[in-house]
Amino acid sequence: MKLEEFQAKRLYADFGIPVTEGILITDHAHAKAAAEKVGLPVVVKAQVQAGGRGKAGGVKLARTHAEVVEISESILGMTIKDLLVERVLIDPAVAIAGEYYIGITVDRRKKLPVLMASAAGGVDIEKVAAETPEKIIFHPINPERGLRPFEAKQVAFKLFTDKKKALAAAAIMVKLWCCYRDTDASLAEINPLVELEDGSILAIDAKVVLDDSALYRHPDLEKLRIATPNEEKELAAKAMGLSYVQLDGEIGCMVNGAGLAMATMDVIKHLGGTPANFLDIGGSSSSEKVVYAMKLLVSDANVKAIFINVFGGITRCDDVARGLVQALEQINTDLPFVVRLTGTNEEEGRKILADAGISATSDMTGGARRAIALAAGEEAVE
Amino acid sequence: MSILIDKNTRVMVQGLGRDGSFHAKLMKEYGTNIVAGVHPGKGGSTCEGFPVFNTAADAVRETGAECGVLFVPAAFAADAILAAANAGAKLVVAISEGIPVLDMTRVVSELNQLGTLLVGPNCPGLISPGKSMVGIMPGRIFKKGRVGVISRSGTLTYEVVNQLTAAGFGQSTAIGMGGDQVIGLKYNDYLELFEKDSETEAVIIVGEIGGTDEQDAAAFVKEHLTKPVVGYIVGRSAPPGKQMGHAGAIISGAGSTAADKVAALREKGVPVADTVEQIVDLIRERLGGSN
Repeated sequence: MKLEEFQAKRLYADFGIPVTEGILITDHAHAKAAAEKVGLPVVVKAQVQAGGRGKAGGVKLARTHAEVVEISESILGMTIKDLLVERVLIDPAVAIAGEYYIGITVDRRKKLPVLMASAAGGVDIEKVAAETPEKIIFHPINPERGLRPFEAKQVAFKLFTDKKKALAAAAIMVKLWCCYRDTDASLAEINPLVELEDGSILAIDAKVVLDDSALYRHPDLEKLRIATPNEEKELAAKAMGLSYVQLDGEIGCMVNGAGLAMATMDVIKHLGGTPANFLDIGGSSSSEKVVYAMKLLVSDANVKAIFINVFGGITRCDDVARGLVQALEQINTDLPFVVRLTGTNEEEGRKILADAGISATSDMTGGARRAIALAAGEEAVE
Repeated sequence: MSILIDKNTRVMVQGLGRDGSFHAKLMKEYGTNIVAGVHPGKGGSTCEGFPVFNTAADAVRETGAECGVLFVPAAFAADAILAAANAGAKLVVAISEGIPVLDMTRVVSELNQLGTLLVGPNCPGLISPGKSMVGIMPGRIFKKGRVGVISRSGTLTYEVVNQLTAAGFGQSTAIGMGGDQVIGLKYNDYLELFEKDSETEAVIIVGEIGGTDEQDAAAFVKEHLTKPVVGYIVGRSAPPGKQMGHAGAIISGAGSTAADKVAALREKGVPVADTVEQIVDLIRERLGGSN
């Protein structure tokens, strides 16, 4: 679960990390009042869960009250990477003397949390990591002992020669670790961490991604969730035990298992079709799940054909078949579909489908090919 | 031979709720040597003919269990892995999905110190066909043979194995290593074991988007393997930044796309299949005929 900048900054402030304190508005009518409180000049920052806001024109400096209102009005309502901007942060503009990067995430290879720090702040850190990895310091963190002050100092003195600044940065690193640990984050990042002209160190941006698997023990953080329309669909599916990601193709996919679901999308693409979604109906797929999944696929206006691909392991083919028959009784749709059914209780599943006049293939690639033909309006050739 | 488990491996089933009891029964039917169950409060009872204990420590002490397989809810799973490892289990297979990442970093650190091996979490387990199945795999699609399979997925493993078996290629051991960001054993650990295993003649790597384990595997194969290895990577059509079911299946950071992984494997001389059918073709080319 991603937090927006204003939420991440509040979280950082709770952990004692110095951040710019701005005011969140949703209507440009409140821009002037916010700017008066914050003090000019200000930076108007679009609040969306996407990187590259600056490049997209979602972050702008305003020097006068008139500019604040004008810029707020132009940013509110714009879309950045398909996300509608509904909130802007009116943040104090500060006099920057230097930009740095610090972040904590999990190092999958070392299987440990890792502190990353760089003097190349303020730019896309993934680009730095890919092109000039030597500019990033990686410091693995023992998850039991945590990031201790002496370790943070070792890293901070590589970024700053001045003692006061290095100690301030080290203190922020330790607090960032505490935030990462106590919120079960999977990413806690400050980019940029800035050095001001007066020598103080401050976070002017913040990015936090929380570990979805740990949200059960952070109900307070779960409440911060701001779901985009696509995410709402995904969350509703998740509540049903389904894993769904909407794409923009024509073949709706219903599959059991994440790996097989990706393989199904890939084979559709390999054969020249376009998958409309990723949908994993999970291990123990009840009929109710299948009914819900069918409704989900049919509700996608882009879908022209549906491919149901089930390899019964824990999932039983008869459960899926029963759900499918129920779904077709409940849903009024002309969409053509192809069923691929194999594995546990395959014969029972096929019989249930046959009784309802539905045939099923046992070949995944053949099934995908047929779904693509049906989506293109071609008659199916048995 | 086979790797990690065989018919003698003494297995304890941790968590005998609905799923645990169901799969304990299936494992036993497959021939797995289950010696104990662990479920707090059910100590002293029996399940499918094996004794049940309140703690993993009791189970290991009383039965000599050497492998724990977990069907414990995610919130308690990290602790259950540690319980098995601290009791002396040499191998833990964690089926449970949804264990917080930070918990797993702590678990893995401690297991390294104890010398306990971990398969998973968020995995279907592993099987040495005809000998033992530890996990939730559908035993009947597997066949004893000479191909090793390492996968990050469950049902996709079954898909691959089903086609292998249909084409006459049996498996020495097949492993679902888990779909999470932080897991225990990885490709390279299994590749090393397969290289040493006299029964294994070829290995299949079934990878997916997220992380750079496939790149590590590619380098390892080039450096250390004499046996042929074939790759297959899914998620070619996945959008960046979205988690595709598995917590670890997300395109984020350098090297995490399917194209990156395919390129890395090919560069190190590992052929990569575009479809499941092609995996079988590639294996046939390398092993000739069938098993």
